[in-house]
Formats: sequence, structure tokens, C-alpha cells
Amino acid sequence: MTPLDVRRLGTVAYGDAIELQCALVEDRRHGRVDDLLLLLEHPPVITRGAGARNRRDHVLADPATLEAEAIDVVDTGRGGDVTYHGPGQLVGYPILDLKPDRCDVRRYVRDLEEVMIRAAAAFGVTAERVDGLTGVWVGGAKLGAIGVRVSRWITSHGFAFNVDPDLTGFGLIVPCGIADRGVTSLSATLGRTVSVADAGDAIAASFGDVFQRTVRLAVPA
Amino acid sequence: MSTDVVMPQMGESIAEGTVVRWLRKVGDEIDRDEPLFEISTDKVDAEIPSPAAGILTAIKVHEGETVPINSVVAVIGGADDVATAAPPAEAAPVIPAPTPPAAPPAAPAPPAPNSLAAADPSATAAVERVRSSPLVRRLAREHGVDLSQVTGSGSGGRVTKQDILTHIDRRPAAASSAAGPPPPSVAPAAPIGPPPVVSAEGTAPTFDAGQSSVAVPMTVMRRRIAEHMVASRRTSAHVHSIFEVDFSRVQQLRKAHGARYEQAGTKLTLMPFIAKAVIDALRAMPIVNASVDGDRVVYKRDINLGVAVALESGLIVPVVKQADEKNLLGLSRAIADLAGRARARQLVPADVQDGTFTITNPGGFGAVFGLPIINQPQVAILGVGSLEKRPVVVNDAIAIRSIAYLTLGFDHRLIDGVVADQFMGHVKRGLEQFEESIV
Repeated sequence: MTPLDVRRLGTVAYGDAIELQCALVEDRRHGRVDDLLLLLEHPPVITRGAGARNRRDHVLADPATLEAEAIDVVDTGRGGDVTYHGPGQLVGYPILDLKPDRCDVRRYVRDLEEVMIRAAAAFGVTAERVDGLTGVWVGGAKLGAIGVRVSRWITSHGFAFNVDPDLTGFGLIVPCGIADRGVTSLSATLGRTVSVADAGDAIAASFGDVFQRTVRLAVPA
Repeated sequence: MSTDVVMPQMGESIAEGTVVRWLRKVGDEIDRDEPLFEISTDKVDAEIPSPAAGILTAIKVHEGETVPINSVVAVIGGADDVATAAPPAEAAPVIPAPTPPAAPPAAPAPPAPNSLAAADPSATAAVERVRSSPLVRRLAREHGVDLSQVTGSGSGGRVTKQDILTHIDRRPAAASSAAGPPPPSVAPAAPIGPPPVVSAEGTAPTFDAGQSSVAVPMTVMRRRIAEHMVASRRTSAHVHSIFEVDFSRVQQLRKAHGARYEQAGTKLTLMPFIAKAVIDALRAMPIVNASVDGDRVVYKRDINLGVAVALESGLIVPVVKQADEKNLLGLSRAIADLAGRARARQLVPADVQDGTFTITNPGGFGAVFGLPIINQPQVAILGVGSLEKRPVVVNDAIAIRSIAYLTLGFDHRLIDGVVADQFMGHVKRGLEQFEESIV
């Protein structure tokens, strides 16, 4: 099976993570690295994908609040609408070469959903897809979000899995432009605290299963 | 021979895609596999490489349009077309309306030696073997450099931008004609010898022996600026009014609060203060936030503030939308973000549309004041002169104050001198008595 290196990076500023991904996409393209899964957390940040660029109406918080909370609003090169990242949310950025047998972006998005559904199941949480919407949901509330970029079939950006975030952060936005649904987390669903580290183990394992990759855990230097 | 570029199928069940952004423009030379455009499907953005090498001769689907898969979105003229400079009939540029007609196909065509290299598969392969980025390959093409002759300092012998710039600097001026090894028999075919190695602006042109002048095609941006400026002069009855403004208070506030803004990730420059004062004055005097439509005055609800950004080879005016709804931090960030993206050439069309008033900053390069031309269809523009400490009379004593001259260029069709001066009085007061609570 194709190898997959999982790199756990801790907390990384959004802009730094973008730069890192750009470099790794190039490295992957030239075969300098194998398929990668970056797992990390971001400091609080609101990001807008192609669907929300130049729109303010899905960012609900007024500038003063954003200022007081020191939250940046960043336009970014992934698909999708607006989302919030913050501590307690496990962010996964797969840098995969989808060639030759996985050249289907819709399948890729479904596979990422499957990764989160299986990881949630490992904690006894039943998450599901909702027709017409991207992401994974628990009782109509969003547990995991997806926004992806593909360049010559090499992936970047990825998914955000709500493990134990402060859910009030999502009150600043209309997540993914969907106004009538709430946001939840593993901790909120289970009524006990799940650690990001444990969720990362579950995600790494389910990612290997879904994408049929041999997972290698890399320890940060 | 030309190649159609089609909307790719990004997955089995996907029937259509939206063009988000063109990364190259009509007339550009492009390599096979170089990123050409970005599309969006479902929750996925994808960057699509060019299927062939050649000249981008037509863009058929504009940014923001959605088309079924396999629709032709652009046409790449083949290397043959380049070598013969004989464009196929369909090469008539299909380009977005506001863009002026592309230069004649022959103009942007690269020097003959390069076209030959591109037509020769073995030469292309040699270039491909050298590790390099698209930017580096483009520089190599523009300057007629054989990449295999450049020592790469990057990882794995990769040729970096610095490597190639150093290489270009070091070689003798005459080397431009010797770059690449074209077969001697072909040399006479080159119409006027090697074109001068020069971009339209910025770099000094290279003159060959006996040449007393060189003609270089304008960049698309240059042409648009030229048309826009002349059209504005023809449209508006320009008048200028100059005010002296004491920025001492603003400087104090910047000093007192700058660190806090830096913690929030942005630098507290003069511009957000000026923007804020302008916004308040526009609110108070809606006639300045308007445009002329025949014999009607069109008042604009939103204040969309354009801030001119100087680029290496031109000028662009990105717009802070609904600027009146932003606080000083928001303005500060929005201006920095737009300026950054303007310089990185990452603006999207919406970023430069719908402006209702413009601020430009000739003082950034030392001008005491400027007499700016109105950015149509707006009716006024503020020019900010350089900020300097000057001796001024305060309460009958001489004091040292930070002074700048602000100029309002206004359209006398709509705005009379007294209104312009009231507006400027408002801006001046706003800056000289800037309320600390706003900061």
C-alpha cells in the first residue's frame, strides 16, 4: 500500500500553514515527499473560501468584536464559504497525489467525510452526511467541515473536525454560509472532554483505512 | 496549429465548473503544464494547467461564468503559430469587455530563437530537465536564457529566481542575441533581429548598435491607465483645491496606540486616519459621494473607498467596500490587505469595482502635493502630499508641526468650489481634532 506520513504540528498560525502547504504541494509534485496528512490546530481565525470571497454578510461579528478577540478574517484559496478555526478543533490538511486512481474531486470530498464519520464512531458518536451539504453532521449540527483545493490532482486545504472547541467562536460567522444549522463538537455531543490528541489518533487511523494508505506517524523534530 | 482548452471533468458525477480566475492573459506565452486558470466545483477549488505550449490567443469563458464540462474555455496557439507569427483565424482575441484589444499577435511573440526552441522538442526537453518554477521559466524565456546554462543554487540544483536574475545581470549586454544556440541558417528569418530585452516599463531598454530608439508594446495595464486618464480629462471639469493639514495629533495617536494595533497584526499608518476623516466628510456631504449620469445626479448609499496602490509597472485602485461600516482597525486591515494583494497581483475583479471616492498618495514618493485626475465615474479624488515637519504659527508663536498638503480634485460639473472647500474643511477638522475614542 502507498505510504502516508502523518505530521502532527501542534498549533500553527493560519498563514504559516498556508505557506507550508504551498511548499509541500510542490515537493509532492516533484516526488520529494510521500503523501502527507498534516494535523494541527489554528489560533482563532475566520477564513473565507472562494464562495464567500469579498462578502461580509456571513461574518456576523462586528469589527469591534473581532478586534477585541484579536481574530483575523482571511480570504483563502480553498473551495467553500466562511469558516472558523480555533483551539480544540483538529484541522487536517492532506497533501495527496490523487493520480492515477482517485481523480474525482467529489469522491475525494466524500472520502474526507467518511474519515470524519469513522473517527467519530471510534468515540461512539454517530455522524452522518446530509444530502446537498458538504461536511459531517450530528443531529443536524455540524461536526466537521470541508474545504479543498486541488492543483494538478495534488490536494491541499482539507477538513476541520470539531473535537473540543469553544463553540461560541462559531457565533461570529454563518458556518459555510448555511444559516439554519448549528455547530457541535465531540465533547459537546458526549458530555465529556475529548482531547485533540486522541481525536488525531482516530483520524489518522480512519484516514489510512479510507484512503488505503499505510500510516506512518512522524514525530516533529 | 492551435489547442482548445476545455473545462476539465473533475469527477465522474460532476457536470459543470466555474472559472474563478485566469492566471494568464491573452497574448501570454505559456508552457505546457503551467497553471492557466482556477476553477471551482462543489467545495473544491482547482488550479488547471495548460494542456499545450504556445500563446494564449483567446479566453472564451470569463471569470465567474459556469459552463458544462468539455466546453472550450480558451485557445492556445501552437508553437508553429508563434514561429511563423501567422495567427489562425480564430485567434481574434475574445477578451473581457473592459480590456482593450490585445496587441497584434506578432507583438508579444517572443524572440525568434525562443520560438524555435519551443518548436524543437529536444530543446524543450532539455529545459524541462532543469528544475525550475514557472516564474523562472518565464524569466528565462523573456530574457532568452538557456536554463541548462544557469547554475542552480536551490535544492537538487533547482534554478531559483535569484539565480536567473544574477545570470541575466552578469552576462554581457550583447549576449541577448547569443542566448540559446539557434542554427545559423535560421537567423536571417528573424524579421528585425533580436528584439531588445526589455519589459515595457521599469527596466532600461537595451539598444543595439545603430539603433536610435526602440518601440516596446505597452502592457495591458499601461494601456488601460492611458485610456482611463484621457477619458477622465475629457469627461470631468477638473478643479483642484489644496488644504494644509496639521497631522501632529494623528502622529500622537499613532505613537500612543501603534503597539496595540501591531499586536492585532496590523500597522497603524496615516492612511486609515485619512480614510476615516474622508468617510465622515462624505457622510456629511453626499454630493461628493456621487456620479453624473446624463443630466441626473446619482447619489451612492455605500461609501466604497478606493485607495491607489503603486505597482512596479503601473497603478491600481482596489476598493474598500462599505468603508463607512468599518472602525479604524478594520480600515487599517482592509487597506493593508488590498495593498498586499495588489502588489502580489492577487486582486479579483470585484476588488477594484464600485468605488465611490478615491484617495491617492503622491506624497509617498516625496511630492509636496499632487493634482490628481478623477477616477471615473467618481466626482472627486483626494491626493495626500508628503508629511513633513514645518515651522508654523500657533497662537502667535512659531511651532514645529507635522504638516501635509491635501488636494481635492473635483468635478466642477457637480461640485462648486465652496462645496469642495467645505468638504476639505471637514476632512481637515476630522484629522486635526481626531477623536481618541475612535482609535
